[in-house]
Amino acid sequence: MGDATINEPLAPAIASRVGDIVVQAPPRELERVPLVRNQRSPGWISDAIAGVAEGKTPLWWWAAFLPSVVMMTVCFSMILYLMSVGVGVWGPSLPAMWGWAIVNFVWWIGIGHAGTLISAILFLLRQKWRTSINRAAEAMTIFAVMCAGIFPLIHVGRMWFGWWLFPIPNQEGIWPQFRSPLMWDVFAVSTYFTVSLLFWYMGLIPDLAVMRDRSKTKIRKFGYGLFALGWTGSNRHWSNYEKAYLILAGLSTPLVLSVHSIVSMDFSVSQVPGWHTTIFPPYFVAGAVFSGFGMVLSLLIPLRKVLKLEDIITLRHIELMCKVTLATGSIVGYAYAMEFFIAWYSGNPNERFEFINRATGNYAWAYWTMITCNVVVPQFFWFKKIRSNMLVVFFLSILVNVGMWFERFVIVVISLSKEYIPASWGYFRPTWVDILTFLGTFGLFFTFFLLFIRFLPIIAISEVKGVTPQADPHHPLGGAKPGGHH
Amino acid sequence: MAAVPQTYGIIAEFETPADIMHAAEKVRDSGFRKWDVFTPYPVHGMDKAMGLKNSRVGWFSFIGGVTGYTCGMLMIWWMNAVDYPIAIGGKPMFSPFGAFPPCYELTILLGSFGSLLGMLFLNRLPRLHHPLLKHRRFALATHDRFFLVIETGDPKYSETETRKLLEATGSTRIEMVEE
Repeated sequence: MGDATINEPLAPAIASRVGDIVVQAPPRELERVPLVRNQRSPGWISDAIAGVAEGKTPLWWWAAFLPSVVMMTVCFSMILYLMSVGVGVWGPSLPAMWGWAIVNFVWWIGIGHAGTLISAILFLLRQKWRTSINRAAEAMTIFAVMCAGIFPLIHVGRMWFGWWLFPIPNQEGIWPQFRSPLMWDVFAVSTYFTVSLLFWYMGLIPDLAVMRDRSKTKIRKFGYGLFALGWTGSNRHWSNYEKAYLILAGLSTPLVLSVHSIVSMDFSVSQVPGWHTTIFPPYFVAGAVFSGFGMVLSLLIPLRKVLKLEDIITLRHIELMCKVTLATGSIVGYAYAMEFFIAWYSGNPNERFEFINRATGNYAWAYWTMITCNVVVPQFFWFKKIRSNMLVVFFLSILVNVGMWFERFVIVVISLSKEYIPASWGYFRPTWVDILTFLGTFGLFFTFFLLFIRFLPIIAISEVKGVTPQADPHHPLGGAKPGGHH
Repeated sequence: MAAVPQTYGIIAEFETPADIMHAAEKVRDSGFRKWDVFTPYPVHGMDKAMGLKNSRVGWFSFIGGVTGYTCGMLMIWWMNAVDYPIAIGGKPMFSPFGAFPPCYELTILLGSFGSLLGMLFLNRLPRLHHPLLKHRRFALATHDRFFLVIETGDPKYSETETRKLLEATGSTRIEMVEE
């Protein structure tokens, strides 16, 4: 203890610079696994991350991209079919007038919550491990919100009037009704998309400059150069940049919490048993973060392997994400229990019936799928053995999102199919158009995500460089003289 | 007219963040004004080493946020209570509480635009042509090298003295940059 030295192998590029510096290690109980393994140099980090978007397009990329494009085409064909025939091609009918469209909308937008949580809230909390995963998670957010945004637009029936949702003068001379939570949702979701895009782009500016400066061809140099806006890495610029980034993080934090709160108000402001509850906003936000981290895990576990980025997205990162999933999954489990308790405690017979119907009625299969995936599955993440087995984590992370889809199904469909009047009870069934539209959005999502992998730095290069000990001017690896102070 | 290449400034290259930090402190203490440090990532403590003041980006976000909130409230009040009032469920024509969620979102939206555009404005970006971007070694500024540039336009700049100052900081490579 105390006199241990760093003895991992050094990258040759910096080995000469480091020489035989002895670094005093902290006491064992304070030691942490480094965020970038093997003491990689800043140059190595550039090469490893930017290299993903350079060179010949690998075969696996085409193998993933082509099916995605096919599925995306299926999605748009289904939308075209819906437009030309009408919403009757979907399953919803009385009493369940909200079907898969709303389930899918809430599910996708929930997934979109991890990106901003990682980039904004973890930034404010000074969780430096976020730097390895924030870029990909933000991209995931933007594409997930795009998939989400499709559904409310197409489920209105005459989608060519979608612009009536915005406060634009129309031939009727009527303005949108701002007393409705559905209007709040329009503002919340469109703001969320725009701000996520701004945040993502701002983080990309210095990295686009990296790509520009590495470019071998004129076209690449021009393309990356155009979007890098002439970034030079000037410290006068960094100073403004870091302040702007901090402010954006500060603004995005209340934003991310408000978006799913407002989505939940679409339900909770109504009178439907099972929807009309005050627990919805925090419960929806926790569920959104839970599903978002599930999706980040599902995406990054294969990516770090295929792209050989295990030194940057380390086991520690995966473990930390598992812990967030465990924490938010437990909050979701608590919310399920509390919903049940309140249904009983409220003394409202309709509310009681609704919850007993969820667990024992003809949709019990959906309810118990949800409980298994969202309450039982995350509890496995208590165990380090499971958290460090990538195959198991990958499998469990997919179950998390299956469970979260069923949660929205339970809330939307079960609540509506047995409302107050028994005469109008029914059983909702999706049609093939419902199913293909939903599967098609995966095509849309993966098409964009694969293009992102191919053309943009998938990890924040300059941010990862900044969290290495080599980047710290007061660290011996950053060139500080032993014992000296400037 | 045959153009004689003008010199933009003198550029010194460094290999570690500690070296460039010491150099920046020396240049700051010598009283230069038109100079800058170029690093692949924001070096912690460099603002102090350069003697930079706190960034003013916050003002742009603040103005954006206030504009968003005020415009949102005015818009909703005018649309739902003045221009086309519709009575719904005995609710007031305008209530700041019902109008709050969209205004909250507009505050964040315009505040965010304020910080991004404010940052770009303060940095005078986008600027797609810069003498440094043409310099042979400068591409390494986004890779793993650190550069310090003193412009020839600085009142304290002198061809011999400034070079001597930079040599004393232990730079590995000192060159002139053409305009």
